[in-house]
Amino acid sequence: MSTRTAGIIAYAALFAIGLFGPWLFPAHLSQFSKLWLFMVLALSWDLLGGQTGYNSFGNIMFFGIGMYASAVLQVGLIYPVADYTAAKGGGTEFVFSAQQIYAGLALGVPFGGLVAMLAAVVFGALLLGMRGHYFAIATLGLAVATAELAAGWDYIGAGSGMIAPPLPNDIDGTRLFYYLSFALAMLTIAFLAWLYATRFRLAINAIRDDEDKAEALGHYTVRNKMAAWAISALFTGLAGAIYGNLSRFIDPHDIAFNAEVGVWMILMAILGGMGTLWGPVIGAIVFFISKELFWTYLLGWQRVALGALIVVIVVFFPEGIVGWVKNRWPRLFAPPTEEDSPRQPDNGGEAAHA
Amino acid sequence: MQNLQLLFQAPVFNVQLFLDGLFIGAIFALAAFGMALVWGVMNIINVAQGEFVMLGGFITLLVVQAGLSPLLGIPAAALALFVLGWLLYRLVIWRIVDGDMFISLLATFGISIMMQQLMNEIFGADVRTAESGLGVWYLFDGMVTVTQIKVAAFALSIVIGLLLWLFLKNARLGQAIRATAQNARAARILGVDTDRVYAATYAINAALCGAAGALVVMAWSIHPYMGLPYTLRSFMIVIIAGLGNLAGVIAAGLGLGVAEQFAGFLLGAEFQLAFVFLLLVAVLVGRQISLARKRQYLK
Repeated sequence: MSTRTAGIIAYAALFAIGLFGPWLFPAHLSQFSKLWLFMVLALSWDLLGGQTGYNSFGNIMFFGIGMYASAVLQVGLIYPVADYTAAKGGGTEFVFSAQQIYAGLALGVPFGGLVAMLAAVVFGALLLGMRGHYFAIATLGLAVATAELAAGWDYIGAGSGMIAPPLPNDIDGTRLFYYLSFALAMLTIAFLAWLYATRFRLAINAIRDDEDKAEALGHYTVRNKMAAWAISALFTGLAGAIYGNLSRFIDPHDIAFNAEVGVWMILMAILGGMGTLWGPVIGAIVFFISKELFWTYLLGWQRVALGALIVVIVVFFPEGIVGWVKNRWPRLFAPPTEEDSPRQPDNGGEAAHA
Repeated sequence: MQNLQLLFQAPVFNVQLFLDGLFIGAIFALAAFGMALVWGVMNIINVAQGEFVMLGGFITLLVVQAGLSPLLGIPAAALALFVLGWLLYRLVIWRIVDGDMFISLLATFGISIMMQQLMNEIFGADVRTAESGLGVWYLFDGMVTVTQIKVAAFALSIVIGLLLWLFLKNARLGQAIRATAQNARAARILGVDTDRVYAATYAINAALCGAAGALVVMAWSIHPYMGLPYTLRSFMIVIIAGLGNLAGVIAAGLGLGVAEQFAGFLLGAEFQLAFVFLLLVAVLVGRQISLARKRQYLK
């Protein structure tokens, strides 16, 4: 079985589980929506971190930017945003009809992704010239600065945050956002699987392995880095837009620009295996389940456990689950050789080997 | 911009802001000095730097609760943090010294999350302060207030910084630390126990931050989630000053403190931290642009 077939089977299995999710685990639907979104975060972080070698600690800002941009558009289509946030979203005069809500969602979510993508292009032009830990700290600084700015900006509700428009009463919101999150996760995996099969992956992996050499070989390294970060930001922003509607309450520090979640996405990618397609998916599942267990059974001490988990993972297990499997059974991942392929060439085989 | 006019109409406010900035800036310089030490010697950026400061503050609070003078909290915090730093090195840090810097960033981030939550559980999330029992000076007919503890904290942090500098210059261990920073492999060949040097470096850094934290809790206030801004400030100061440049660290620390006070006054207190973080990004981008002209980059 080639890795490609295995990937298709895994994708189909994930698709089936996700599709019947509302019947399989009806009680934990919103948790599972978050799991799909976390998967998107890990996958999109890995595009820049694992594949391009630029470890961003600030991708969470695209999550928050997408969230706020979507909510602002959803509200702003109908009412002045400043009035809406001044009333703390609780004013009775702000009524949304079903049509307005669906139109807002349909426009707002892609808008959130696009604004995040635009932000990545702008910040990328400024920051992507830095390397290694300078890039890491600069992105972290930028993310916490965005959080502080959002918490001080009255237009979007400042420190008390913003409330996404409600859904019509007759709609099961949990289920709607579950399917939105699920669709986004499936789209992200499929898109990245396609992207990683193109030459673009080779180009960004060359940047990761040796940027100077890649540049000397004539690669457009800056363009590729920016493209990688912009795609990463697009998906992160889309996830943020959906997450904002899912949780409905958008808080600048705890939900939108939570630096800790920014580290979680890195951790999920490392835990599963950086620089692979399925690593972040597996990492997100394992991490999310352990996080939910910590939050349920170790309440109050959950972050102590989580911090210990971070240390243990990065110190003892930096190659991740997929990396470990690759080291353990390298033959499974070897590119197909002629011995493996069923059709032997009937002539010229020896000549090619010689 | 009302506040800007105020600064011109009543120049005495400038004095107040300037002094406040200098006092807090000395603390930033102290923490940054520790970060530069660990960075230069061990090639690790310690994200838990701010949490060490916070821990030092809470240890001083314990000393006060025991009925002792808060000034005793300074040596107590330094000692406790020295032990903690040594333990952390023996448990975790030694495994990441030779590794990728990205791993060390994440591992120390994990340590910092643990400490935040631990302190939150033990002491609660409230903003705490320790009463030093020192008085207040009023200058310019009471227009400028200077609490004596801030002056004392300023003086003490300069003294601690100078003591550390003398230690690094003259003591046997200090020389071993500097030798390891220059070339760890050569130091090892010449008989320096680099593992012990690393442990000592990390522990000294923790002790330094602990002392800084003791000063912070007396002169200002602490809470469990104050760490990250201190870490990022230290990082910024080290970038501006460079590794192993004590005078530069002090100047950058004081400058940052003053700039932050003025920014907080002009933009409003809610944007003070945003200013700090954006300044960090601006400093990095500025360095990057000037290096890019020479076909170099920040690495």
